Amino acid sequence: MITPQVEPRDIRQAPSSAPVSDVDPFSDAFFEDPHPIHEALREAGPVVYLAKWNVFAVARYAEVHAVLNDPATFCSSRGVGLSDFAKETPWRPPSLILEADPPAHTRTRAVLSRVLSPAVMKQIRDGFAAAADATVDEIVARGRIDGIADVAEAYPLSVFPDAVGLKAEGRENLLPYAGLVFNAFGPPNALRQSAIERSAPHQAYVQAQCQRESLRPGGFGACVHAHVDSGEITDAEAPLLVRSLLSAGLDTTVNGIGAALYCLARFPHEWERLRDDPGLARNAFEEAVRFESPVQTFFRTTTRPVELGGVAIGEGEKVLMFLGAANRDPRRWENPERYDITRRTSGHVGFGSGIHMCVGQLVARLEGEVLLSALARKARSITVSGPVKRRYNNTLRGLESLPLAIEGA
Amino acid sequence: MPQVIFVHPDGRQDAIEIAVGASVMQGATQHGIEEILAECGGNAMCATCHVYVDDEQIGRLVPMSENEDALLDGTAAERQPTSRLACQIEVTPALDGLLVRLPDRQT
Ligand code: HEM
Ligand code: FES
Repeated sequence: MITPQVEPRDIRQAPSSAPVSDVDPFSDAFFEDPHPIHEALREAGPVVYLAKWNVFAVARYAEVHAVLNDPATFCSSRGVGLSDFAKETPWRPPSLILEADPPAHTRTRAVLSRVLSPAVMKQIRDGFAAAADATVDEIVARGRIDGIADVAEAYPLSVFPDAVGLKAEGRENLLPYAGLVFNAFGPPNALRQSAIERSAPHQAYVQAQCQRESLRPGGFGACVHAHVDSGEITDAEAPLLVRSLLSAGLDTTVNGIGAALYCLARFPHEWERLRDDPGLARNAFEEAVRFESPVQTFFRTTTRPVELGGVAIGEGEKVLMFLGAANRDPRRWENPERYDITRRTSGHVGFGSGIHMCVGQLVARLEGEVLLSALARKARSITVSGPVKRRYNNTLRGLESLPLAIEGA
Repeated sequence: MPQVIFVHPDGRQDAIEIAVGASVMQGATQHGIEEILAECGGNAMCATCHVYVDDEQIGRLVPMSENEDALLDGTAAERQPTSRLACQIEVTPALDGLLVRLPDRQT
């Protein structure tokens, strides 16, 4: 694979109407505590200019939602990271769905939508629920655990690779590969560069697993390949669509479940409400996705000069969307700083919005729901029992370590 | 504004005015109709905005897309011939008085 040569972009004056900020949303300080900076960005104006990376950015709900829902103006085919594919060689062959625009996107999207449809969820539900019970039984028996390694990672790893139909060997490559993909959306900082430098073995593994003969019949991967037979996609496209599942389907739910555990351990009142009614598990997970926004940011690129929030933006400009900031925008949410498991979460942008809205959202909700439901039924208390450590990634927000004490019900 | 009547599983009815151009789902969530979850926010992906349109009135609606049809195969409550996704029903003056029944579960 080619390591991108980043051309220094001209340092330009921001158009006068956009307030300029020197915040670096890809820095350790930001990862540690993004919320006050999100607030400052929201308050600065509907559109701000980030001098550090020469990009426009939106942090309010209305503008984030508007950009997500105007793919003709704010395109994805020039990359949804900082790198502009019109100017730089992508670090890997672009995604046929995430980094595509209509009409190409419409066709590939239809295939993955069918592979991950509500009807398919009904078939896999019991298996996912049984595995969640098993994971929770084990951690309750142990009492002291790490919420990240032993639950947030262990549970998705126990269901998702099997559901895709991967063979057992080599799965240790999956999380490093996903970490790489999400770091690569960021700027050419140390996180991105070192991930790409170490990527060769993970890329080789993923490429091999995406081939038809590597995938168990009946799994999501084989179902993608089955659409070649009906002529909707070519046999060159199928492996790349399987790659999208491996890139986006595991580390995201790890951080989603990690977010939910961290919320429930921090907010005992909400944990009690969940125990009283385990039927709230699905919304408790959804609210954690809003509250923590495990996927924090994506970029778009303008296809034409456009005015947004009173600010003129030229053609070919990168626009950074702060999903996490939109999900806590007081203009849209009542008490946004509150984790409330009975909140009406519909409309949050933690899974995006519009034509690219997460095609795997039903898998994510299924995993989150059955895991939290098992916890609510089988555990009496869940408390933080040691130092919490954050994991740094250019796109994903989550923890490295979450020591927990769990008491059985 | 056109009115849409929602019938809850226990028989209670709510008549709600919804702006022309909005979806039945948007009207329902804005007015606190709790049976409409709309987890995907109206992006036609989740099938948690399932409703049963009144038998007599189903002919008033624009026929569903292939995608809506496929999603309806995954509803939590049983699919019926009058099943539709509320986010895919756009309110028009011609739909004034539309009656939809709410299923007892969406997930
Ligand atoms: C909590 C877990 C998850 C979160 C927070 C999440 C978040 C997102 C977001 C924000 C997008 C929008 C990207 C954009 O607009 O450019 C997206 C797209 C996508 N997600 Fe997820 N995701 C999650 C789980 C999953 C899972 C489990 C899968 C696969 C099974 C998956 C596969 C995808 C794919 C393939 C896309 C691209 C869709 C498109 O461009 O049309 N995601 N996700
Ligand atoms: S709101 Fe998700 S399908 Fe209608």
